Formats: sequence, C-alpha cells, structure tokens
Amino acid sequence: MASRDRGAADPTERRELLSAGDVARTIARMAHQVIEKTALGGSGASPVVLLGIPTRGGPLAARLAAKIEDFAGVQVPFGTLDVTLYRDDLRRKPTRPLGATALPTGGIDDALVILVDDVLFSGRTIRAALDALRDAGRPRAVQLAVLVDRGHRELPIRADYVGKNVPTARSEEVNVLLSETDERDAVLLSRSEPSP
Amino acid sequence: MKHLLSTDGLDPATALAILDTADSLKKTLLGREVRKLPTLRGRTVITMFYENSTRTRASFEIAGKWMSADVVNVSAAGSSVGKGESLRDTALTLAAAGADCVIVRHPASGAAHRLAGWLADVGTSVVNAGDGTHEHPTQALLDAATLRDRLGSVDGKRVAIVGDVLHSRVARSNVHLLTALGAQVVLVAPPTLLPVGVADWVPGLEVSHDVDAELPTLDAVMMLRVQAERMHGGFFPSAKEYSIAYGLSEARARMLPGHAVVLHPGPMLRGMEIAAAVADSPRSAITEQVANGVHVRMAVLYHLLAGEEEGS
Amino acid sequence: MSLVIRGVKPYGEDPVDLLIEDGVITEIGAGLKGDEVIDADGLVALPGFVDLHTHLREPGREDTETIETGSRAAALGGYTAVFAMANTDPVADNAVIVEHVWRRGREVGLVDVHPIGAVTVGLKGEKLAELGTMAKSQANVRIFSDDGLCVADPLIMRRALEYTKALGAVIAQHAEEPRLTVGAQAHEGETAARLGLAGWPAVAEESIVARDCLLAFHAGARLHVCHVSTQGTADVLRWAKGRGTQVSAEVTPHHLLLDDSRLTSYDPVNKVNPPLRTATDAAALRAALADGTIDVVATDHAPHAHQDKDCEWSAARPGMLGLQTALPIVVATMVEPGLLDWRGVARVMSERPAEIAGLPDHGRPIAVGEPANLTLVDPNGRWTVHGADLASIAANTPYEGMELPGTVVVTLLRGEVTARDGKAAR
Repeated sequence: MASRDRGAADPTERRELLSAGDVARTIARMAHQVIEKTALGGSGASPVVLLGIPTRGGPLAARLAAKIEDFAGVQVPFGTLDVTLYRDDLRRKPTRPLGATALPTGGIDDALVILVDDVLFSGRTIRAALDALRDAGRPRAVQLAVLVDRGHRELPIRADYVGKNVPTARSEEVNVLLSETDERDAVLLSRSEPSP
Repeated sequence: MKHLLSTDGLDPATALAILDTADSLKKTLLGREVRKLPTLRGRTVITMFYENSTRTRASFEIAGKWMSADVVNVSAAGSSVGKGESLRDTALTLAAAGADCVIVRHPASGAAHRLAGWLADVGTSVVNAGDGTHEHPTQALLDAATLRDRLGSVDGKRVAIVGDVLHSRVARSNVHLLTALGAQVVLVAPPTLLPVGVADWVPGLEVSHDVDAELPTLDAVMMLRVQAERMHGGFFPSAKEYSIAYGLSEARARMLPGHAVVLHPGPMLRGMEIAAAVADSPRSAITEQVANGVHVRMAVLYHLLAGEEEGS
Repeated sequence: MSLVIRGVKPYGEDPVDLLIEDGVITEIGAGLKGDEVIDADGLVALPGFVDLHTHLREPGREDTETIETGSRAAALGGYTAVFAMANTDPVADNAVIVEHVWRRGREVGLVDVHPIGAVTVGLKGEKLAELGTMAKSQANVRIFSDDGLCVADPLIMRRALEYTKALGAVIAQHAEEPRLTVGAQAHEGETAARLGLAGWPAVAEESIVARDCLLAFHAGARLHVCHVSTQGTADVLRWAKGRGTQVSAEVTPHHLLLDDSRLTSYDPVNKVNPPLRTATDAAALRAALADGTIDVVATDHAPHAHQDKDCEWSAARPGMLGLQTALPIVVATMVEPGLLDWRGVARVMSERPAEIAGLPDHGRPIAVGEPANLTLVDPNGRWTVHGADLASIAANTPYEGMELPGTVVVTLLRGEVTARDGKAAR
C-alpha cells in the first residue's frame, strides 16, 4: 500500500466495477450469447472448443463451459492456450514464466475455437494467441470472448462476445479477480494519480 | 540470468524455473506437426565446440532452431587448440559479428568462465556446454528433468553417481544441482577415481567404494562412462576388473528397488559400465534424457535470451 | 663525495645518521655532515635485500623482461643483489651464458646480478653441466639449479650434491616429482577438485625434499630448497635440520599471502609452480619463516607475456612478478602480525640469503666499515599495486589493485642511489 502524505490523495484508488454477483450474471449472459451465435447443439453446427488464455482466461473458459452445459445440455471441450512464447514484447520485461497449454483431447482441427480472456486492451495478446493457435492446429474459425473490453485497441482486433464494455483512460488499470486465482470474484478499476 | 556457466552456485529457484519452462515447452510441442516457436526469432546463437561431440551440439542446434533462433556451428575440434588466443579471439570475432549467445565446449576447465569475462563488455551470453573436467550444466538440468518426470520430484530422493568422478564434469554438475534441489547424492567409485577433498564439495555428500551396498537404497543411479581418453594410466588394473566391481550388470540392476531409475549421460560403453540389457530395460531413462535435453536447452536459451537484457 | 643519511632507524631501532664515503659506511652518529643529504626521518634502514631466486628472462624472452628492466624492478624493490635462474633460452648451463648475464648485470649497474648455473645440461636432468667451469668463470657461480624443472633422478642429484662440495656451491632444488604432477594445474585439494583442475599433490614436493635432505645428509653436502609451499615440507625441513642436515630453504611472498581460494575466477595470474596451496599451508609457512625452519624469502620473480596469461587456465604459463612487491608482502604477512621484527626482516631478506650464497659484501651489519648496501623503508607507507606501473616489461602481478603496507623509499648499492621515491636511477 502506498504511504499517505499529509494532505495528499491516495495515489491508487480502486473502484469496484462489477461485484461477484455481477460477474456471475455476466458470464451467464455470455454463455447464452455463445449458444445462440454458434447454434450450439444444432444440426450441421461445427464443434465448439473454448481455449482460455492464462492466467484468468482458463477459469473463465471453464465457467463458460459449465454454464453452457447448464443451459444447453452440451458439453463444450475447454482448455488453455499459453501465448507467452508468441508475445511481441518479451524483451521489455525480465524473463516471463510460461503458462500451461492444455488442448482438449479432441484437439482443435476443424473446430470453432473461441479464445477466452479476462480483459481486452491493445489486442496484442490476442494477436499472439492467433499465432499460437496457428501452430497448434487448424481450426475452422476463431472467435473471441472477453469479460471486459476496455478499449484502446492497437490492432484491428475485436471481440465477438463482450461481458462488459468499460471506457478507460490509458493510465488506468482494469483488474479481474476470480476466486480460482484470487480470493473473490470482482472487476476493479484502478486510477493512478500523480501526487501533488 | 546472463550466462549459464555452472550449476555450482545456481540458485535453486532459477534451476526449477528452467525445469518448469522445459516442461511447458515439452507439453506445448507435444503432438504438434510444426515444431517451431517464434520466440527467439532474430537472435543469433553460435555453437563453438572445441571437442568432438555430435550429440550435444546437435541437441543445442535443434533447441535453438525450434525457438526460431539463427544457429551457426563453429568447430575447432581436431585443430591445434593450444593457446587461448584462438578461444578468446574467435569468441570476440563472433561476438562482433553479432552473436547474442555463444555455446562453448572446450577441453580447458574454466574456459566458459574466461569467455564470459572476455565478452562482458559486448553483452553476449555464454552457455557452458562442457569445460574440461569442470561442469556441464545443461546435462545436469536434463538429468534432473528426467528424474522429475520419472520420480515426481528430485527433493528427498537418493541418487548414486557411479564411475570416473575424478574426470567427470557431468558428475560435478550433478552433485551441485541435485543437492541444491534437495536430493541426497552418493558418489561411488574406486578411490583412484575420486577427487581429493570430494566429500567437502557440498554438505552431506556421501562417498562409497561399494556399489552393491548402495544399490538397494537408491531412487536413481547415474552411470558414468569410464573415460579412457582422459586417463594417464594406473587408475584401475583392467577394464574387466572395473566392470566386475562397478559395472551395472543385470544382476546388480535386480538389486535396485522397483521404482529406481537408471541414467547415463552417454555415450555408453555397453558391457563395461552398463550391461546392454540394463541400458535397454524399462527402468532405463536414457532415451528420455536425450529428448529432455532438447527441451531443457530450449528453456535455457529462453531464460537467457527472451527476456529483458540483464543489468549493464 | 660523501652522503649522509639523516635520522634513519637501523633495524627499526633508535634513529642515527649514517655517513657513507666511497661506498662504505664510515661513521654512525648524530649531526653528521656530508656533500649530499638524504632526510630519512621515520624510515627504517635494513641491509640491502638479496633475492636467491629471480627469473630475468635474458637471453630468450626479452619480450617479458631483460636484465636491465629486471634490475630496475629489483632496485625499486630494495634489492642490492639478485640471483638469476638458469632456465633462459639458451639455458645457462655453460660459462659463456653465465658470463654474459654477469657482464650485462654489471653494465646496467643497478643491482648485483649473480647468474645461477644449471645443474644438468639443457635442464634435461640426464647429465651434469660443467659446474666447475661455471664456478671458476667470471660469473663465479655459487648456486646451481634446474629450477623450472626438478632434478628428479636420485643418482644425478646425489652426484650433483657431492660434486658441489668441492666448489663451495649449493644445489637449489625445484622439488617436484614429475611422475606425480603430469598435467597438474593447481594444488590437489578441494578447490581444484571442484574447479575441475588436475591436481599437483603436496606429496610431489615433500617426497623430493625428504629424499634430497637424506641425500645431502648422506653426502655431507649442502642443499637449498626452492619455493617451499606446503606445511609438510616445513615439517620435513624441521626434522632434517634437527638431525644436522646442511639444508636451507626459501619461501616466496605469494605463498606467504595467497592461497587456492584465489582460483575460483580461473584467472591464470594466480597460476604458479608450485601452486598456491591452502590457507593452512600459508599459515604454516609464515610460522616456519618466523622460527627459522625456512631461512629466507625469495621472490621467484617470473615475468610472463600478456598472451601467456590472458587465456584459459590450462594454456597459461605459471609464474608471478615479485621483485617490487616482496617487502610490502613481508610487512603485511609477517611484520604487522608480529611474527617478525625488522631484525627478522633483515635476516630473511638479506643476511641469510647472502650467507647461503656466500656473498661477502651483502647482508652485512649496518656498522662502520661495512659496504653501504642499504634499503630504506617507510614502515607506514602504503601503496596500491598496478601492474602497468611496475618496472618489469611484463605486468603479471596477482596483487593488481591491492593496497599493501611498507614502501621502499631508497635503495643504495655500494653507496650509490639506485632507486629513490619509486624511480630507478636509470
């Protein structure tokens, strides 16, 4: 925690954008959207695979798959796809540990792969994911599901399924908390103020 | 991490990070048709081998290429390598030509350390692929990776290293790494093949001349090649006597606990330090060692070259 | 031309003035007057140092040192006499080479250079060199050594010991059983084992010293042991002297100060033969020097070219510079811890070496009528060693960047100033 100077504002305010309940409802809504848009379970529809991008994309993909099974009675295979090795900004930071790549048993060839991530920002992570996907197999098509879209795209990339659109300033930070990795579910917005 | 010169002094957290990365890389590439990752695209890696070695050099070359690095092999094996001029000047020339990383194998102990010193201003990373009788850190890492695959972890396991410890850089690297990762190491050899003062290398290191007494207690046994070319004679009376006293015969292999693993850094002298049948048995992890070698070396290159350049 | 050294403390004792005329101390007292005065307030006067073991590299490796540059280094180090080892190229195994070295030393005139003659032809250890001819030559050789190599054949060593009895000379042995040191790189111990450097076992030195002490005793001959490096050798010497063997021994400054913990950088500036041993050995050597088991300090000054040190360990040549750093290291390792006083320094660096070599005019008492071969030392001086600033052509000093106590302020050779305030006279 930042120390307080007498009379100065707290340099980092964190505001809750989505509560735990909001997160659950948002994921449920996204699940319905996926079912509808992919004509899931219908005849002639391609098999759908959910691939979460570590760290929090994994649990999100798992939750989406669970909700889809609840609502549509269809078991959608899910897994994770680590993109660290495909990032274009590795040399900006110290060596990053690799996340887990675990493709579902049936693979991804000829499937409709829906990439799942917590926050969509510049789009570079998704670009890396598309490259990783290309080396992992040959999906029929690729879509993108994100819990939060915060704008400021640097590449021509857009999400097919968005939980919540949150307009932000570049200096702000959006953090998604999930009980699988953090203590609770929430979406937080942090504003970094320079001290006076 | 700027260089990988030795496992002596390698922080266990870093070693485990490398092993975890190697494991992730293995899983990522599993079943893939296109075994290629773009991560080190545009990085130039040069292998400088002053000793004959097809296996290790090929392993490094594959590792670099699978990470999309440009790999160039420079070989001085067999030529007159007497003076450091060739080592130092060759290294500086290659660094000036743009090498981001030099992988060196050299008959002089300390060669990789000296190289790292000479290249300090240039910023090139150095990987020690074997310096004299001193260290071979990537071998120890791939041995540890293999043990992790087979036994779950290295921590708390009892591992014997059997053979010509005196002249073995593999033994030295393994002693340091296995101990740092929590294993109990016992060195087994005739007294003539153990270095003076060996028991003081790491706290708790055990030494024995009786391989039969140790076998039932082990989780893993690493057989070292008895290196005829390094000896000046007199270390043991005959190959036959060595093999009878220390060779891992089929009878000896039966004395190992059921789960115990047999490792060998290769190349093997079948019938000398290890029976052919034992080398080919299910408890032998020798081919896994080789496979892990590529992933471990990819991981080492990743940790040296992918992230931000260290320090100034 | 008279010279007064004013207010100096001989052997660190009460200050006096010394009057020097025609190369001799003519008066010691107070308030002396002379044509020239050196203010030596606070300085200690010692008899000029005598180094029984130096490599001047001429003839053959003048790219690393010459008799001239080595003489300069010696004078700056406080030496008034040095003994130049025979492993030059060509080897000093005959009168022609030793006379050349002798004459060149006289020409330069900064230190008395006494050539050492080889024991065996070409240092091959097979056939005695013409010891008698060398002894009777202009060079007046009094010490013979194959240093660099060991006289390993016990029969050759026996004959050499016996033969020199008639010459009033001594054999100085580089003790190293060659069969035990094949390919050796560093002291055989835990450090070398860990670093993968082939070991040079202590017993390779000790077994030869023991053998040679027994041979010398048996032959009634004199033996001198070069560069003692192990505790075991000191023990053998104690035993040998105890039974009346005529043996003397030297220790180098680097063996007094350094140990094999220096090897972990693999910097070959630390590579030397015999190798740096353990800290326990170094402590034993200091004690042995203090109690007289080891008689003298000898530098084994060994210049090497840059390319012979700036390489990987196994390709490097062994040896370190030593002439200019010898006194400060003796101060650091022996005087400061109280193992030797200044009288003791005079003994180990001047009196005993001169006695062993049979030099009549060095290592003399600081007294009226004695030759003015003197070294004036500032016991409180400190300096930082830089190889590039040393007088030798080569710069292979292991003390690079180290701050050492004790500086040589003035060196006098027969009353002539050969070095002063860090500058040689020529």
